[in-house]
Amino acid sequence: MTTANSAVASTPATPTSGPQAGPGGRLSSALTHHWVRFAVRRLARLLVSVWVLVTASFLMIHLIPGDPVRGAMGPTAPAELVAARREALGLDDPLWVQYWDYLRGLATGDLGTSLISQLPVADVVAQRLPATVSLAALAFLAAVTVAVPLGVTMGVLTRRGRGRRTELAFTTSSVVLATVPDFLLGVGLVYVFGVQLGWLPVAGNVGPEAYLLPVLSLAVGPAAILARIIRVEMVTVLEADYVRTARAKRLPAPRVYLGHALPNALTAALTLGGLILGAMVASTVLVENVFAWPGLGSTIVSSILNKDYPVVQAIVLVYGVGVLLVNTTVDVVLALLDPRSMIRED
Amino acid sequence: MAAQRTRQPTRRWRQVVRTPLGAGASLLMALVLLLALVAPMLWTDQADAVDTGNILAGPSAEHWAGTDNLGRDILFRSLVAARLSVGLALTATAIAIVLGLLLGTAPMLLGRRLGRLVTASVDIAVAFPGLLLALFFAVIFGVGARGAVLAIGIAGAPSFARLVHTLVAGVAARDYVAAARAAGVGRVRVLLRHVLPNISEPLIVNATIGAGGALLSFAGLSFLGLGVQAPQYDWGRLLFDGIGALYVNPAAALAPGLTVLLAGLAFNLFGESVAKGLGVATLGHLPERRSAGPATSGPPTIRAEEPVVAGDDEAPVLDVRDLWVSFPGADGPVQPVRGVSFAVRRGEAVGVVGESGSGKSLTALAVSRLIEEPGRVEAARLQLLGADLRTGSERAQRQLLGTSLAMVFQDPMTSFNPTRRMGGQLAEVARQHQGMTRRDAFGRAVDRLAAVRIPEARRRAGQYPHEFSGGMRQRAMIGMGLMGSPALIIADEPTTALDVTVQQQVLDLLQAIREADDVALVLISHDVTVVGEVCDRVLVMYAGRIVEDLAAADLATGAAHPYTRALVAAVPDMETDLEQPLAVVPGRPVAPGEVPAGCAYAARCPLADDRCRAEDPQLASFETPDHRVACWHAGEPIPVDGPREPAPVDPVELVEVDAP
Ligand code: SF4
Repeated sequence: MTTANSAVASTPATPTSGPQAGPGGRLSSALTHHWVRFAVRRLARLLVSVWVLVTASFLMIHLIPGDPVRGAMGPTAPAELVAARREALGLDDPLWVQYWDYLRGLATGDLGTSLISQLPVADVVAQRLPATVSLAALAFLAAVTVAVPLGVTMGVLTRRGRGRRTELAFTTSSVVLATVPDFLLGVGLVYVFGVQLGWLPVAGNVGPEAYLLPVLSLAVGPAAILARIIRVEMVTVLEADYVRTARAKRLPAPRVYLGHALPNALTAALTLGGLILGAMVASTVLVENVFAWPGLGSTIVSSILNKDYPVVQAIVLVYGVGVLLVNTTVDVVLALLDPRSMIRED
Repeated sequence: MAAQRTRQPTRRWRQVVRTPLGAGASLLMALVLLLALVAPMLWTDQADAVDTGNILAGPSAEHWAGTDNLGRDILFRSLVAARLSVGLALTATAIAIVLGLLLGTAPMLLGRRLGRLVTASVDIAVAFPGLLLALFFAVIFGVGARGAVLAIGIAGAPSFARLVHTLVAGVAARDYVAAARAAGVGRVRVLLRHVLPNISEPLIVNATIGAGGALLSFAGLSFLGLGVQAPQYDWGRLLFDGIGALYVNPAAALAPGLTVLLAGLAFNLFGESVAKGLGVATLGHLPERRSAGPATSGPPTIRAEEPVVAGDDEAPVLDVRDLWVSFPGADGPVQPVRGVSFAVRRGEAVGVVGESGSGKSLTALAVSRLIEEPGRVEAARLQLLGADLRTGSERAQRQLLGTSLAMVFQDPMTSFNPTRRMGGQLAEVARQHQGMTRRDAFGRAVDRLAAVRIPEARRRAGQYPHEFSGGMRQRAMIGMGLMGSPALIIADEPTTALDVTVQQQVLDLLQAIREADDVALVLISHDVTVVGEVCDRVLVMYAGRIVEDLAAADLATGAAHPYTRALVAAVPDMETDLEQPLAVVPGRPVAPGEVPAGCAYAARCPLADDRCRAEDPQLASFETPDHRVACWHAGEPIPVDGPREPAPVDPVELVEVDAP
């Protein structure tokens, strides 16, 4: 959460180091003004979203029908034990007291105690988080590194209605690839590379090569969708007047495509791309379960099945913050690429 | 789009099925639904038959996909699971749609404040991935099929709500809704009678795609063990059971996996192809925007060289002979420019006038080598400063064009890259063609901006295009052309998109540059007045040809071609009643694909006779060598009340001649 805040708070300073800052190109006060407003607005939205998220995760345990502690400990547990546990969790306090305690706990890094293992939830999360973050980060990277060049190339090849066949082949295959859900792809990959060929490890994080299949499962679908969006945007942008201007400046083709068309195509693609990349955070849950990955995704599922609600609560919160972080980052990148996107929201 | 809307709904749907993809998707979809309907009736017994002597067996003739840990047939189980899987997915989708409709129409029904709150909440919820929401609600509603249906349904609601909200907002702005509201029809009634029927199509399409998503999400939850519980089974549950035995009998996981994949694909592809066929935008996908068709054109026949105005001894800056531009059309190539020849001398200002579609802008683009595939340019001669633009290495051409030719386009609002600072966009030219360093190029950019009278040029160079006014942008565009040392500026309707008050500034600037550096100017405009004011010579274009080439001073009284005279006559003067609509040249311009035999202007010409309709007049000298006209009756008096050709057909197509 603190990282999310600082990412936004640092934005007003970024334009001076922006890629197009010419020498001596002092910022106009109007632009600075827009950056400040953008940062304030974005920060406010982030704070509201975090508040909604925190409140929802707090309410989760109270929305469950019946007594969650009884549910977790089973019908055979002695009544005194259940009562004692309820007492320890503070479940008998008035709701607002519990809410206040929850918020205070979060602020001090206290995420509660597991109903099953009695371990602090914060420790469980800390132990499991790195595996998930590294997996998700690699998958983002893979998806973007594949999607951008592919989308740009396809856009150039199919602009102005050229390459009809290439377009059809690309669109069809990307639609099909995007439809394959990550966990099914994972199962298929396990079967081919693990069972049939025996080339790659299929369970657990047992070394760098163990990342290959999970990352692939996560990245293929989003990469296909992103590439498709980027292609459509490139085709549109290549028709734009400013691309004609760039050609009238007699720049070499790569400069026209990469320097002038791509940033504009990306700004449009990123608006949807943010949602897609955000969704990848949640997709790790399924993929981790296919590959027995020692991350948060395996833990949340076993905790749901065990009714270990404090752990579930905390992990939902972590995922939610992860998604918000991705969204915020995408918005900031968007604003850097296309300063109009800040103003458009005004 | 408009044409599609008017087509019969059934016919439009039939057309969807007619595409190969649409037909395949529809077939697959029908198969999945049929399977869901009949599979449990046919094969429940085989699917449930326990065979303990044959557990976890691999595929065999008896069990095509092997057996599970109780010896039950995997294939039959995968088929029978269709009903529960599809049923649960459809139920979840129905929940998502109902909730989405409620939330999405709430802003319209609840009034401002509450509506805003709902919209804001939906916006926050949409940012979270569906799977995360589904997990959250699965915890609340408990593990099992019922909990999972509710969880997936609710998780899908926000994105539907947003879709509905967008669609409703679009329809609500239309006239008939406003009219109904004004007539006192209640909000709910307006919603049910006028709004919902109009958004049903995109809604159904997106619901279909949503059902595919729900199907796969459900498989995901069941696969995690959070969805359907034994002894019930859906595809996800079968996968959950099968993956444990992946090494023993891979088919146990692959069979249900493939089935769910095919089913998901069926819903998705069906939805997408319907969306494409109906031109409906889907969640997360952009409609395709496309332009011209593929390149299939052959080269146009090259005509014999036409006489060009004899200039002085100095080589012309621009020398064009028999220029043709063609584009592939539905019925063979279309030729919007048909054999244009002219030359521009150093420092000379040549105006090109004509209605839209006359080929004047394409002539400019062709001359500056900016026509892209599938368009084709052919010319007997095309020289800039004596260098042939038709041949030569690309590098050398880029260098020459990049430094000696400046382009100014019509719309300064869209002609700059919105994502880059102005200074950088100008500096790029010097960096590219003059090998300047970043710093030097930027310095030159600031200098050029100052030269085109942009105040505080240094500060302005650090700004983005949207921070410039239209007039300033057009001046900056001219400044960009001055980064090199242009011998020729081609300006295509440089003032049309500008305010009347700044038009003159831009024209004055062009004049000043021309005088200061002896730069030639080709000014393309539909406005005879502007051209007459700025230029030395005027080329009048009609249907892809030059029909008259005359000195600008002769425009008012010396024009010989009936079309030129009509253009001049349409210019309002002191006596024109400004309350009246502006005068126009009667009749409709010829479309590039439909050029008639004989004179292209014959249908609109008051002097047209049989010869005009049969023989095409060529551009030839008239009275003086510098005055060229293509008309059989050049200079003949035009009958005042003579037999005018049919009245204007479509006023939109007509050119209005603006007041200066
Ligand atoms: S050739 Fe005939 S039809 Fe054509 S402009 Fe001259 S008079 Fe009119």
